[in-house]
Amino acid sequence: MNERAKSELEPVVNESGIEVNPLYTEEDVQKSGGYKLVGLPGEYPFTRGIHRMMYRKQPWTMRQYAGFGNPAETNQRFKYLIANGQTGLNVAFALPTQIGLDSDDPLAEGEIGRVGMSVDTLRDFEVAFDGIDLNKITVSLTINGAAAILIAMYLAMAEKRGYDLAQLRGTAQNDILKEFIGRGTWVYPVEPSIKLVGDTIEYCAEHAPRYSPVSVCGYHIRESGATPAQEMAYAFCIAKAYADEALKRGLSIDEFAGRLSYNFNIFGNIFEQVCKFRAGRSLWARIMKEEYGAQKPGSMWLRMIAGGGGGGLTFEQPELNIVRGAYYALISALSGAQTMALCSYDEAYTIPTEYSARISLRTMQILIEEMGLTETADPLAGSYYVETMTNQMRDKIAQIMAETDAEGGIVKLVSEGIIQARVSAQAYRMQRDIESGRFPKVGVNRYRNEHEEDHPVEFHPYKEEDARVQIERLKHVRAERNQAAVDQALTRVCQDAQAGANLMPAIVAAVKAYASVGEITHEMVKVYGRYKEPIRF
Amino acid sequence: MKPIKVLLAKPGLDGHDQGAKIVVRALMDAGFEVIYTGLRQTPEAVARMSLEEDVDVIALSSMAGSHLHFCQKLKPLLEAGGLTDKLWLIGGSLPQQDHAALRGLGFKGIFPTGSKLDAIVDYIRQNVKAA
Repeated sequence: MNERAKSELEPVVNESGIEVNPLYTEEDVQKSGGYKLVGLPGEYPFTRGIHRMMYRKQPWTMRQYAGFGNPAETNQRFKYLIANGQTGLNVAFALPTQIGLDSDDPLAEGEIGRVGMSVDTLRDFEVAFDGIDLNKITVSLTINGAAAILIAMYLAMAEKRGYDLAQLRGTAQNDILKEFIGRGTWVYPVEPSIKLVGDTIEYCAEHAPRYSPVSVCGYHIRESGATPAQEMAYAFCIAKAYADEALKRGLSIDEFAGRLSYNFNIFGNIFEQVCKFRAGRSLWARIMKEEYGAQKPGSMWLRMIAGGGGGGLTFEQPELNIVRGAYYALISALSGAQTMALCSYDEAYTIPTEYSARISLRTMQILIEEMGLTETADPLAGSYYVETMTNQMRDKIAQIMAETDAEGGIVKLVSEGIIQARVSAQAYRMQRDIESGRFPKVGVNRYRNEHEEDHPVEFHPYKEEDARVQIERLKHVRAERNQAAVDQALTRVCQDAQAGANLMPAIVAAVKAYASVGEITHEMVKVYGRYKEPIRF
Repeated sequence: MKPIKVLLAKPGLDGHDQGAKIVVRALMDAGFEVIYTGLRQTPEAVARMSLEEDVDVIALSSMAGSHLHFCQKLKPLLEAGGLTDKLWLIGGSLPQQDHAALRGLGFKGIFPTGSKLDAIVDYIRQNVKAA
C-alpha cells in the first residue's frame, strides 16, 4: 500500500488493536510472517480447519440453547427442536441449579425455572431426557459452579438407561475460571474450583473417554468487555490451567486434551473474527504440540462452538438481530466452527421463544442448504487480507498470553479481580463510545426509529406453577429414596473432599442414591468454603 | 459539598454484572461515592447496607427477570429501615409491562436496557438535589 495514499485516510484500528489497511497485497502477507502456517485443512497446524473435508463431509452441529421451566416442559422443547432438524442439545439451567441450590432453598424463591431448567435430583434428568436417544443427539450442559454434580447426574442417567459410557458423547461447559470473570455462577473459592475441574477431566478420561468434560469459554470474557484477541488469549491461558491440573493427576496430555473444547464469541468485525479463529487454531496446536508434547492430532485440535454474540445484539429494533444472527452464522461457517448455537433475536431481553429459536435454526439451515457454505473448506484462505490479519492476530494473542504469564498467570489475575477490572473498564469505554456515536450501532446511535420504546416485547412467561411442581417432585423424591444410603453417600462426599481425593466417584454414588444438588453442594461447601468476590475497579 | 452516595446492588442469583459495573464507573466519573455490593445480594443485605452506609441512592441492577419478586421483598425492609426518603432506582432487563408495578413498589427511577449512562447520572443529580 502506498504510504502516502494511506496517510490521507483516517486510520482504522480493529478492536484487538491492529491497524486495518485500505488494501492488502502479497507484500503485506510476507511482512506479517508469510504463508508458512497456512498449511492444509486437517493438517498441523490446522489454521484452515481441523478436518480435511470440513463441512463437505459433515456440516456443523446445530445446537440452540434451550431449557426453561420444569424438566417436562424442557423435554417438550428438546423434542420440538429435534423434530425441526436440530442436531444437538444445549441445556440451559435455572440459576439455583447453576449455583448448587435446591428448589426449596429460600434463596431459590422466584428463580426456579426462570432462565433455564431447574434440576434437583437424578429424577429431573430422567424426565428431561425421556425419549431422547443419547447416541443420536449429543447433549451440552451449560453448567459451571455445579458442573461436577450435573456431569455425574448425566452419566448416571445414561448408564441407567443402558448406554455404554465408553461410547457416550456430550459436553459440559464446566469452565469455572471464566465464571469469576463474567457470568458469575461460581460456588467455591478459586483453588478448589480448579481442583474440581481436574476431577471431572480425570474421571471422564477413565470412565467416559468420549465425553467432553470442559468447554473453555472465551465467549463470556468477550461479553464482559474483552477484545477478540484478549478473548482467545485468556481462554487459552484458562485451558492451560485446567490441563496443568489434569497433568498433576498423572494423566498424559493425549489422554484428555482431545476432549477439551472451546466456546467463542462471534460479534464484531467479520474479518477480525474469522482471522481470530484461524490464528487461534494454529496457536493452540503449537501450544499443545510444543509446550505440552501432545502426539495425537486430536489433542492439538481447537474444537469449538461459535455463533453466539449477545453483546452485539440490540434491544432497539430487535428484528435487526435476525440479520445480525445471519451474519454471525456466516462468520462461524467461514471460521470452521464444529458447532453453532446462534443467539436468537430476542436474546437482548429474554430467553428465546420457540419462534425465535426456530428462526435461528432456519438461519443455519439456509446457509447449509442454499448458500454453498459447506462445499469448500476454509474458503477465505489465500486472501492477502485474511492471511495477513491471521498472522497479526496470532502474534497479538500470543503477546497477550505472554503478558498474562508475566503478570503472574491467569489464576492469580482472576483471583485478585485484575482481569475483571480490566475488561470492565474496557466495557465502560465501549459503552461511552456507543453512546457518543463513536462506535457505530445501527438502530442505537444511527438510524433510530422515532418511537423506539413502543415496540412490543414478547417475554417467555414465568410460571409460579412450575416452581410448585418442581418443589413437589423434590419432596416426593426425598420421601421415596433410601435415606440411609443418601446419608452415607453424602458423608463420603465430605470425607473425600477433606482427603483431597477425586470427588467424582463419591458424587456419582450420591446422585445415584438421589441425593440432591443442594445437599451435595452443602457437603463440599463445608470443606471448601465459598468464593468471596474481589471488588476492584 | 458532600458527594452523593450510591449503593449499587446485584439482587438475587443473577450473575450478569457487566452492566452494573459500567454504571458504577459512570457514577464514579460523575463524582458520586459508589458502594458496589457484588453479586448475590439478598433483600435483607441490601436494606442493611443501605442503612449502615447512609446512602442517598439505592440502586439495583437486574438482568435475569426476578426484579418484581426481589423488589416486593425489599420494599418493606427499606420502609422498616426508614429509607423511604432515599432515591430508589432499578436498571437492567425490565420489560415495559413491569414498570408500573416497579413504580408502585417505590422505584422511582427505572432504567431498562438501552438507557444512557448520562441519563442515569442526570436523574440522580436532579432527584437527590430536590430531596
